[in-house]
Amino acid sequence: MTAPTLELRDLRTHFATRGGVVKAVDGVSLRVDRGQVLGLVGESGSGKSVTGFSILGLVDPPGQVVGGQVLFQGQDLARLDEEAMRHLRGNRIAMIFQDPMMTLNPVLRIDTQMIETVLAHAPVSREEARQRARDALGQVGIAAPEERMRAYPHQFSGGMRQRVAIAIALLHKPDLIVADEPTTALDVTIQGQILAEAQKLCAEHGTALIWITHDLSVVAGLADRIAVMYAGRVVEEGPVEAVLDAPLHPYTVGLIGSVPSRNRRGAALNQIPGMTPSMLNLPAGCAFAARCPRAASGCSEPPPFVEFRPGRSARCIHPHAEGPPA
Amino acid sequence: MTLYLLRRCLQAAGVMLVMSVLVFVGVYAIGDPVEILISPEADQIERERAIRALGLDLPLWQQYLVFLKNALHGDLGRSFVFNEPALKLILDRMPATLELAFGATFVALLVGLPLGLYAGLRPNGALARGIMAGSILGFSLPTFWVGLMLIMVFAVQLGWLPSTGRGETVDVLGTRWSFLTLDGLRHLAMPAFNLALFKISLVIRLTRAGVREAMLMDYVKFARAKGLHPSRIVLVHVLKNIMIPVITVVGLEFGGTIAFSVVTESIFAWPGMGKLIIDSINVLDRPVIVAYLMLIVLMFIVINLLVDLTYTALDPRVRLEGRT
Repeated sequence: MTAPTLELRDLRTHFATRGGVVKAVDGVSLRVDRGQVLGLVGESGSGKSVTGFSILGLVDPPGQVVGGQVLFQGQDLARLDEEAMRHLRGNRIAMIFQDPMMTLNPVLRIDTQMIETVLAHAPVSREEARQRARDALGQVGIAAPEERMRAYPHQFSGGMRQRVAIAIALLHKPDLIVADEPTTALDVTIQGQILAEAQKLCAEHGTALIWITHDLSVVAGLADRIAVMYAGRVVEEGPVEAVLDAPLHPYTVGLIGSVPSRNRRGAALNQIPGMTPSMLNLPAGCAFAARCPRAASGCSEPPPFVEFRPGRSARCIHPHAEGPPA
Repeated sequence: MTLYLLRRCLQAAGVMLVMSVLVFVGVYAIGDPVEILISPEADQIERERAIRALGLDLPLWQQYLVFLKNALHGDLGRSFVFNEPALKLILDRMPATLELAFGATFVALLVGLPLGLYAGLRPNGALARGIMAGSILGFSLPTFWVGLMLIMVFAVQLGWLPSTGRGETVDVLGTRWSFLTLDGLRHLAMPAFNLALFKISLVIRLTRAGVREAMLMDYVKFARAKGLHPSRIVLVHVLKNIMIPVITVVGLEFGGTIAFSVVTESIFAWPGMGKLIIDSINVLDRPVIVAYLMLIVLMFIVINLLVDLTYTALDPRVRLEGRT
């Protein structure tokens, strides 16, 4: 068996703040294979974005990866020095950010921002780099790329800018793309187009994709597997249909219940009671216990991450649809 | 663009007109030049003749109209003291002042930008803290005192640099320039640095604030995610963004540098406009004072326009009004 494109083993990213240590990512283990799409789902502050930045080594101080391994094709990125990491970033591992209005530099032309990315990793002429940039723009569905390349970011709409950002991510046909809520800031119609393109690209190039989002409906149509994060930990992981149809963890149940659906028209939407706990002051046991309808006395102990069925794991001692642990 | 420039020119004309009234009335209010210019021993008839010759017998509004009429023909009056056209007197000395001001601005950017960049990138380093403390000194030490200290140290004690004058000059386009000769540069060094001190501090602070802000922006993080070399991120992505506020402030400050180079010019005996205006104020040489102030107003207007135009080059989002 070949090594997975990316495997996180017990990744820990902590922020040393004045108020104490924030364990934004606290022992996350994940894996994504070639051509696979992993949906990383969770509320704001659950640590899903920090997980994404940790993979690329782009966590801003005071944040720091303090433990665990980031195995990219078998190589541990957490041990790589900055220069070696730089050669991977934008080249073998690319990232797409949440807000397309902010990710492109406002004072540089599109072609400048694309060509510099090509030249950062490939020993080609400027003309060749321009050619590649143009092809990438065409690939993401931008009409008249030759002409549009000479424009500045403010002359593009949000959806177009995100396409440019995606085109930049695709320039070196990376093995892994980390997409941090790339469609959150966009219209639904644009969102649909971008999702379709993302899927197509994964299938064509065998690129592995980590799609970070809080929107379950996006993941439902896109991902192969899904990992639900809560308070810096993965609480449930499994194939996307299985998790959405028969969630194990009460938090996943709550998340699914809070999505508006046609089948429950007129009925009040379920809410998860309470708020995400302060990351500075997490309870000793299950972080979700205070909001959990199934919480019992055993929940004050840290729950283990258990594989209930092959490929279906959850961090809960009172899961829904309980079955014997495999 | 043409429409925009045309509108700006009309605005400029309006500003000039209003300023001319203010300046004229203001200078009239300072005092009567007759007492200073005409010798106390002169008799009544001589006094009358002198006053009439200078045009000072007319009421204020008539004097102003005469001035305005002449000004529209490019004649800003004759100096009472030198008996030469005031404009020519000033323009003769302008290259020296411009040279000093440009030198100071150049030094300010040359020193301020790298220091500001460094302080912005390593905000908590000891050197960065030292730079910031130094910039406070640059802001708060009085120019004249620093100038005197510079002369004390570099001219008197060490004897490295000359303390007065422009040194050897070269004629280019009919005017004399110091910066083209080694001796001239040595003469220029101290006054330019003295005048630049405040601006260096300004540039350091602006650059540092800009860098710290820009480094947190998503586009910098995205540039890092693209795997760009750190030097390209700082020198292209960050620097191009922070040049916008720096150019604005340094540009607007340039007018002030010219107008207030008076102190530096006096200390280093730099034969520029500032020294002329101080002498003229002392003897109430009205035409020279008025002409100088009008010229400074014009210069501010032109500088403002140039800064606006530079904007469009630096920031693609800026589109000048009136452009369709």
